[in-house]
Amino acid sequence: MTDPSLLEIRDLHVTYATGEGALPAVRGVDLTVDRGQIVGVAGESGCGKSTLASTILRLQPVNATVTGEVRFNGRDILTMKWGELRAVRWAGASIVFQGALHSLNPVHRIGAQIAEALHVHSSGLGETTVTGRIDELLGQVGLDPERARAYPHQLSGGQKQRVMIAMALACDPELVVADEPTTALDVMVQAQVLSVLSDLVRDRGVGMLMISHDLSVLADLCDRITVMYAGRVVEEGPAAKVFADPLHPYAGALSAAFPRVGDPAARFAPAGLPGDPPDPRHLAGGCSFAPRCPRAADVCLPAEPELVTYAEGRAAACVRIGEPRSPAERSRDHHA
Amino acid sequence: MPDASLRPSGAETTTTDRTAELSATGLRVEFPTRSGRVARALDGADLTVRAGEVVALVGESGSGKTTLARSLVGLTRPVAGEIRWEGRPMDRSTRGLKALRRHVQLVLQDPLGALNPRHTVYESVAEGLRIHKLVARSGRTETELVAAALSSAGLRPPESLFLRYPHELSGGQRQRVLIAGALAVQPQLLIADEPVSSLDASIRGEILALLLKLRDELGLGVLVVTHDLGLAWNIADRIAVMYLGRVVEAGPTEEVLTDPQHPYTQALLSVVPEMDRLEPIVLRGEIPDPTRIPSGCRFHPRCPALASGEADPVADACRGTSLPVLSGDPNGHRCACHLVDWRLSTDPEEVSS
Repeated sequence: MTDPSLLEIRDLHVTYATGEGALPAVRGVDLTVDRGQIVGVAGESGCGKSTLASTILRLQPVNATVTGEVRFNGRDILTMKWGELRAVRWAGASIVFQGALHSLNPVHRIGAQIAEALHVHSSGLGETTVTGRIDELLGQVGLDPERARAYPHQLSGGQKQRVMIAMALACDPELVVADEPTTALDVMVQAQVLSVLSDLVRDRGVGMLMISHDLSVLADLCDRITVMYAGRVVEEGPAAKVFADPLHPYAGALSAAFPRVGDPAARFAPAGLPGDPPDPRHLAGGCSFAPRCPRAADVCLPAEPELVTYAEGRAAACVRIGEPRSPAERSRDHHA
Repeated sequence: MPDASLRPSGAETTTTDRTAELSATGLRVEFPTRSGRVARALDGADLTVRAGEVVALVGESGSGKTTLARSLVGLTRPVAGEIRWEGRPMDRSTRGLKALRRHVQLVLQDPLGALNPRHTVYESVAEGLRIHKLVARSGRTETELVAAALSSAGLRPPESLFLRYPHELSGGQRQRVLIAGALAVQPQLLIADEPVSSLDASIRGEILALLLKLRDELGLGVLVVTHDLGLAWNIADRIAVMYLGRVVEAGPTEEVLTDPQHPYTQALLSVVPEMDRLEPIVLRGEIPDPTRIPSGCRFHPRCPALASGEADPVADACRGTSLPVLSGDPNGHRCACHLVDWRLSTDPEEVSS
C-alpha cells in the first residue's frame, strides 16, 4: 500500500447557521497536498477559501456544521480526539493567517511569542535551546536574530509577516496553510516573502496550501491550483496550465484580471468580470457562475456541472468546455 | 457613449478643457519625528498631470507617493517647491484651496474607511455639491446631479442606491460611490490613491475600466497612486517611479515598462509575478528611513547594479554625488541614474531613450 497523502480533503461541506438561514460556504470540495508540493486555492471574497483553510485544523467557528473528511497523514482531523488534534496543530500542521499583521500580541517581544509556541508543544526545552531555535527561525525567514527583542510595532508589515511565518515553522510542521500571506504587502516585500516560502518547501520538503485571490502569484509559486467559486471547485490542474490556458470561464476571468506587463492586448484594456458573486443562502439551480458568465447558455441552467477530468491531469466543472467556440473566443485562447 | 448629462450647462468651462494642468516643481515635504530628526517625505519631486491623461505614480510603501498626492490638493504643506494649477501658483487660503478642490478631487484609499458610515449614498455624493454650491448654478435639481454622478460611476439605476448605507454595499460599489462623490463636482482632475488594492481580482478590472472611460468620455485627467505595475500597464499613459521622496524614472508607460533604465524600476518590474522573461531581482530590505537619506544616489545602498560590480566605473559618483531632480516635463523618458548617464555619454547606442 502506498503512503497516504500529506493532506487529503474529501467531499468537504461547511455550512454556517446564520440568522437568515443556512449559509453553505463550502459545498463538496476535494483537494490533495503532497509533501514538497505547493497547492494554490484561488477565488474571490466569499468563495469559501478561508473557511476551507480554517476547517483543515478544525478552527471553524461554532456555528459551522462540517461533513466530509480532512485526512492528515491518513488520519481524519474532523473526528480526532482533542488530545490528538492538539498534537497535530502547530507540530503537524500550522496556519499563517490573513491579516497576520494584527495577529501578533502588541505587548510581548516577538522572541517571547515564538518561544510560547515552542514551550507549549515541545515541553522541557532548555532556555538556551529555545533561544538558539528562535535565532535559527528568524534567520530562515531572513530576519536579523537581534529582532527577537523587538516589539511588533517596531517592525514593518513585511517583517511582521515573516515573524508569523517563523512562528508557523517553530514546531517543524509537515504542512503549512498560508491564507493570503502577501495581501497588503508591497510588490518587493511580497517577492521577499514568497521566496522565503518557496525556499522552505524546497529545502525542508513541507507541503503547503496557499490561498490567494491573485492567480498570478499562485501561478508563480504553486505546483497545482484549485479555483473555487461559490463554495465549489470549478477548476483544478497544473498551475501554469490553469493560469495560461484556463478551461473554466471563471478561471479565465481571474487569470485576465492581472495583466502581463508588456502584453499589447492588455494595454488600455483592463479585464473585469461584471456582477457580484451569488449569495450562498439563495443559490439558484444550475451553474452558480452562469449569471456572470460570458459563455452561459441554456445548457448551463438545469443542473450544477460536475467536475470532469481532462487530459494532462486537469479538471473543470463547465458543460460548455467541449463545445465549439466562436472565432473570437478561439483567437483569445490561441493568444493565451 | 459620452455621458452628456454630467457636463455642465450654460457658459461654464467644460470638463473637457485640455489645458488644465497641475504641476509640482521641486516639492519638499518634511515631517518632524519624535527623535528630533526630520523625515524628508518628499525631497525634490516634480510631476505634471494634465486633463485627458492617466498618470501612474508607482513605488514601494514609504516612497512618498501618497504624500505627493496629498500635497497636490493642498492637504500637506511643502517646505519648499511650488504647485501650479493652470499655470498659477497654488493659493493656500481657505477660499483658494476650496476653489482648487472644485477642479481637483482626491479619491482616498480604503473605501469603507473613507465613507461616513452614517451617511446614505445620496448624502455622501451630495456633500460636494452642497459645499461648492453647485446646484443653484447648474439649473438642475440636486437629485438629478447626484443621479448623474452615480450613473457616470457605473452605478445603475442610481435611484436604487440613494438610501443605502456603506455597510450594505459590496467593495466595488463602495469604490464607485467614492468616485461618484468626486465626479459630482465636475472636476478636471481625479487623484486616486490605490483605487483597487483592496478589491477582488474580478472587480479590479471593472474599476480600472471606469477610470479609462472617464478619461475618454469626460476628458478627465487621472493620477493613480499605486504599487501595482500591472495596473499602470492596464491604464496609464505615463508613469513616474518614486523612490525615497523623488521621482527616479518617468516617461510614457510603454517605454518605461518595456525598456526600464533605472535599476530600481528594473527590479520592481522583475518581481511582478509571471514575468517569465526576467530573472527576479529581489532587493534586500525595505526603503531606508527618510530621516537618513543616503548620500549620492539615494538608491545606492540597495542598488543591484552597484552590488554586482556593473556600476564600478561610476561607483564613486553613486556613493558621493547627488543626482539632479528629474523635471516634471510630461514628454520624453527620463531617468536619474549615474550608470545610465555614463552609458549614454560613452556609448549612445547602448541606451535607447
